[in-house]
Amino acid sequence: MDKVQDNRAWFLIIPVFLIVAFSAVIPLMTVVNYSVQEIFGPGQTFFVGTEWFEAVLKDDRLHDALVRQIIYSLAVLAIEIPLGIVIALGMPGGRSAKTSLTLVLLALPLLIPFNVVGTIWQIFGRGDIGLLGATFRAIGIDYNYTNNSAHAWLTVLVMDVWHWTSLVALLCYAGLQSIPPAFYQAAKIDGASKWAVFRYIQLPKMRGVLIIAVLLRFMDSFMIYTEPFVLTGGGPGNSTTFLSQYLTQMAVGQFDIGKAAAFSIVYFLIVLLFSFIFYTIITRTGEGEKK
Amino acid sequence: MSKAAVLAPGALAAPANIRRSSARVSNRTIVLVCYIVFLMLPIYWMVNMSFKTNEEILSGLTLYPHNPTLRNYAVIFTDPSWYSGYINSIYYVTLNTIISLTVALPAAYAFSRYRFIGDKHVFFWLLTNKMAPPAVFLLPFFQLYQTVGLFDTHIAVALAHCLFNVPLAVWILEGFMSGVPREIDEMAYIDGYSFPRFFGTVFLPMIRAGVGVTAFFCFMFSWVELLLARTLTSVDAKPIAATMTRTVSASGMDWGLLAAAGVLTILPGALVIWFVRNYIAKGFALGRV
Repeated sequence: MDKVQDNRAWFLIIPVFLIVAFSAVIPLMTVVNYSVQEIFGPGQTFFVGTEWFEAVLKDDRLHDALVRQIIYSLAVLAIEIPLGIVIALGMPGGRSAKTSLTLVLLALPLLIPFNVVGTIWQIFGRGDIGLLGATFRAIGIDYNYTNNSAHAWLTVLVMDVWHWTSLVALLCYAGLQSIPPAFYQAAKIDGASKWAVFRYIQLPKMRGVLIIAVLLRFMDSFMIYTEPFVLTGGGPGNSTTFLSQYLTQMAVGQFDIGKAAAFSIVYFLIVLLFSFIFYTIITRTGEGEKK
Repeated sequence: MSKAAVLAPGALAAPANIRRSSARVSNRTIVLVCYIVFLMLPIYWMVNMSFKTNEEILSGLTLYPHNPTLRNYAVIFTDPSWYSGYINSIYYVTLNTIISLTVALPAAYAFSRYRFIGDKHVFFWLLTNKMAPPAVFLLPFFQLYQTVGLFDTHIAVALAHCLFNVPLAVWILEGFMSGVPREIDEMAYIDGYSFPRFFGTVFLPMIRAGVGVTAFFCFMFSWVELLLARTLTSVDAKPIAATMTRTVSASGMDWGLLAAAGVLTILPGALVIWFVRNYIAKGFALGRV
């Protein structure tokens, strides 16, 4: 759309600017402040330069958490994006009661508080009182997410799939809804296969929403905290300690504020960097296809 | 479709209308149905457990409550420390939704209609706040709100949640507003409308679906967030989700009570979805389809 050049539009932005600056810029500056200081108590601070950053970059546990986090986020994307697309393709169309019901049921997990998601899976997965745990035991698998690292990791992954695939599905569904029926009729006349319809009509139309889906899912899974905290508390061992978990341990548990602040900044930059890379890759490939 | 019709020879004997619908059951529908069952099972298990006594929960697996009890719910509704958690949560979530919408509406209008110095930078800067891990902000938030004397108030949580809800609201609303042709604005100004009057009486009614969807998203993200909400409150504004951790006590876990509290946190969300169900599809595309 052709926009009008008018700098007075800034007046309309000022409220947003002030409110976000209050809750983003001030805290962020505080973090930057801490990251270059050693704090012994109120009023007793010393400038230490980049010492904390060096400590963070050399921290082996941090490297482990980062690797764990990247593998986890990639696994989340690899499962949720295709599954979400398939689910969206299976959704009933039109404005019927069936459509409404499907939409409501799909959206339900998205509106459950994060810690309650953890609680639900805790109740569901326990071997003594949970349906899932009991079923596994009945068929002879010694499933226990509290002391088996692999089980814990998989449970956290399945929980995330349960929690968030609906978001991908609903985004894709919204994209599919925008395809005019004439496209499908044309494809039918041409005798296009189901795959061809998907590849050349549905997938290109979903590109916009898929970018949003990949970005949102990547960012949120990279920042996951509450659900594994409730379910496994980061254990057993460190098998489900992701970056946010480790950061909170450092800041609240060990009260290592300077190091935690330096970590925070590195963490934020990593998220920004990855989001930017994803965004560039996705938009580039899409541009290439159009030509 | 032809494949499915071949695979369903048994359906031939059925009446025509049933036959047609059964022939349409494709692999995709099966995936969808299986997925919904997968979604509902854990939720059902929690609902099931919330109607059980703790003895029944611990004594063995039962697929439905054999001695249904309302004790768990009765505890929540009679104990102020429990039900005030719900009131607190609803209070700050509503406050946040109102603040987010109020500040985001004019800003979204500016982004969708005007070019101005730094417009793209401000928009990107807003979105980066959605990318900031909340864990990063815990400590500074705690200190900031303590310093300005807002610690343990509803407004503190509402303001903190603006960090990610305002950018999102601007993003969604901008999408919806860009769908309204500019000619409408110009016509209104020619007719002598002032900006506030045009915005309130002409423009807002045109994007009311977008406003509803935005409110839904603000409600959703504020309702599900716990990390910041728990850090910024201690007693007076404590959210229900934080109250739930109380069920872990010295005498063991009160599973029934925990399940009942969990069920009650799902209900507001379910209600809200039901109201916006016809706009969900458009809303999830953030108005950009």
